[in-house]
Amino acid sequence: MPAPLLQLIDVKTHFPVERGLIFRRRIGTVRAVDGVSLTLNPGEIVGLVGESGCGKSTLGRTILQLVRPTEGSIILGGRNLAGLNGRDLRKTRADVQMIFQDPYASLNPRMTVFDVLAEALLTHRCIPKSELYSRVSELMAKVGLSPKALRKYPHEFSGGQRQRIAIARALAVEPKLIVADEPVSALDVSIQAQIINLLGKLSREMGLTLIFISHDLSVVKHISDRIAVMYLGRIVELGPATQVIERPLHPYTKSLVSAVPIPDPTRRRERIVLSGDPPSPLNPPGGCPFHPRCPWAIADCAKIVPQLEKFDSAQEAACIRMKELNGPAASS
Amino acid sequence: MLLQVENLKTSFHTRNGIVRAVNGVSFSLEKGETLGIVGESGSGKSVTCYSLMRLIPQPPGKIEGGRALFDGIDLLNCSEKQLQSIRGKRISMIFQDPMTSLNPYMRIEDQLVEPLLIHEKLNRAEAVNRAAQALADVGVPDARRRLRSYPHEFSGGMRQRVMIAMALITRPELLIADEPTTALDVTVQAQILELVRRLQKEMGMAVIWITHDLGVVAEFCQRVVVMYAGRIVETAPTAALYRNPKHPYTRALQRSIPALQPKGAELFTIRGLPPDLSRDIRGCPFVPRCEFNQPQCENPVSLEPVGEQHCSACVRVQRKEIQL
Repeated sequence: MPAPLLQLIDVKTHFPVERGLIFRRRIGTVRAVDGVSLTLNPGEIVGLVGESGCGKSTLGRTILQLVRPTEGSIILGGRNLAGLNGRDLRKTRADVQMIFQDPYASLNPRMTVFDVLAEALLTHRCIPKSELYSRVSELMAKVGLSPKALRKYPHEFSGGQRQRIAIARALAVEPKLIVADEPVSALDVSIQAQIINLLGKLSREMGLTLIFISHDLSVVKHISDRIAVMYLGRIVELGPATQVIERPLHPYTKSLVSAVPIPDPTRRRERIVLSGDPPSPLNPPGGCPFHPRCPWAIADCAKIVPQLEKFDSAQEAACIRMKELNGPAASS
Repeated sequence: MLLQVENLKTSFHTRNGIVRAVNGVSFSLEKGETLGIVGESGSGKSVTCYSLMRLIPQPPGKIEGGRALFDGIDLLNCSEKQLQSIRGKRISMIFQDPMTSLNPYMRIEDQLVEPLLIHEKLNRAEAVNRAAQALADVGVPDARRRLRSYPHEFSGGMRQRVMIAMALITRPELLIADEPTTALDVTVQAQILELVRRLQKEMGMAVIWITHDLGVVAEFCQRVVVMYAGRIVETAPTAALYRNPKHPYTRALQRSIPALQPKGAELFTIRGLPPDLSRDIRGCPFVPRCEFNQPQCENPVSLEPVGEQHCSACVRVQRKEIQL
């Protein structure tokens, strides 16, 4: 087992909710990320799924230190990013990069592609200026764009091509880890396939470690090695991608999987239609955060906060009825 | 036959030329039927439906030709007055983003009763009762109190329910749904699909469901129209289309979605980009991206039957030269 690349230990990111114009007082706390522990091995792709508001994007941003965590440690290559400040923090910035959802918003319209890619390299002083052009051309080739397009502006590219530029920018500083926040959600089906293929190819060729945030379960299953399912700021299930989708343990994962329409009219699955909306992270329910919507909830669910527990050697879930609902663990 | 659209053509006159967004679209719909219109962005699926409701801003848009017979009335050429007696009464529409189609300054009560006051000439008290009932029907808890709320006080899924309640309050014969679940979470999408299915059964209305999600179509629609570059390239009953697609574009779409492919396998990608619709396209619009193209594909094509209720606009499929 290689040393883990990234270790999240009980990470919490809370946002204060304040009221009042002059005398601001705190009237509550949004617990966007509420105690997440996760370990990433080098070269691994971990998918982060959940409904909107579950904290998956905030967790991604917390790892990048775009939002500072309220509690917990984020250990990347032996250093706790959460404790760093100023110059030390800036030095680690090149280690983690991000790809955003909307390639129309994440590229500066007044900068040519060359400027966009060179800026990252120059800021982090990765290479001498003389090698800049060749390095940028190389990056373009890597993401499947012609180096001839270097002098073009973002508006001259299609959505898929722009997302390729965003990927090239993330790769430029040779980060240890990339966080991709819904990188294909804004793209059409046929373009989506190109970007998924590209990310897959890059991870195989360069041993890229990737956190892939998405609400699209079929995309996440396709690209990830492992999947973490989040609900109200916590990981409720974690395991190998295929296993989590094909044999979900947690009632929330079960209902999430069952809600995805299958693009094949001959295949039907039994649907667990959840009632109600996800509760607000401002005022999460006590006990298991999922119990008010859970079809299998019992009285204890409102009292006990379940922790992630191993079901078998690879898959774990946070549900007190896990063993009861899923039968004995397969021998492994 | 509830609706029959023939050779609909809609263009936009822009500074960069005439963009032919919808270019000769024909389809029909039976009473109570559910039709899916599938296509990527820019394929003309939304413009087709906006044209039927005459909601295209003119200018720059212009309905250049065609007919759309709804119960004997041509929606494209009837008088504004006649249209108003149909739009919002016998045909309703729901949109992708409920926040932009609900008025943020009005309580939802006032928005819900509006069609009743206009179309059914009810008095206020009766209309409010109907509104509360409609809201309860779509599963908004505590409906009577919620009538007094403003749109921002609802969550995304609830707002979409309010919009559905508003669309269905006049008991329309046809509901046009323009990607109403695209912005929603899958669990909420499942609730909305279930809801529309139930209401459809109860009220016997026909539904046109516009989407880019082949999964939603497979679960929800009886028949599918596949659009590309402003034209229909294939139309078939849902099961036949998925089992046995008869156009290279449909087949390519199917092969590019991860849900139907083995995990980690290289996904099929369609080379190139959709065509620029401001240029005149004589032949099949998919030619430059098609793996089966031949010089003959540059000749004008039309949608022809290739199986039972199954039509394709691919010349090579029509001539049985290729098997997809």
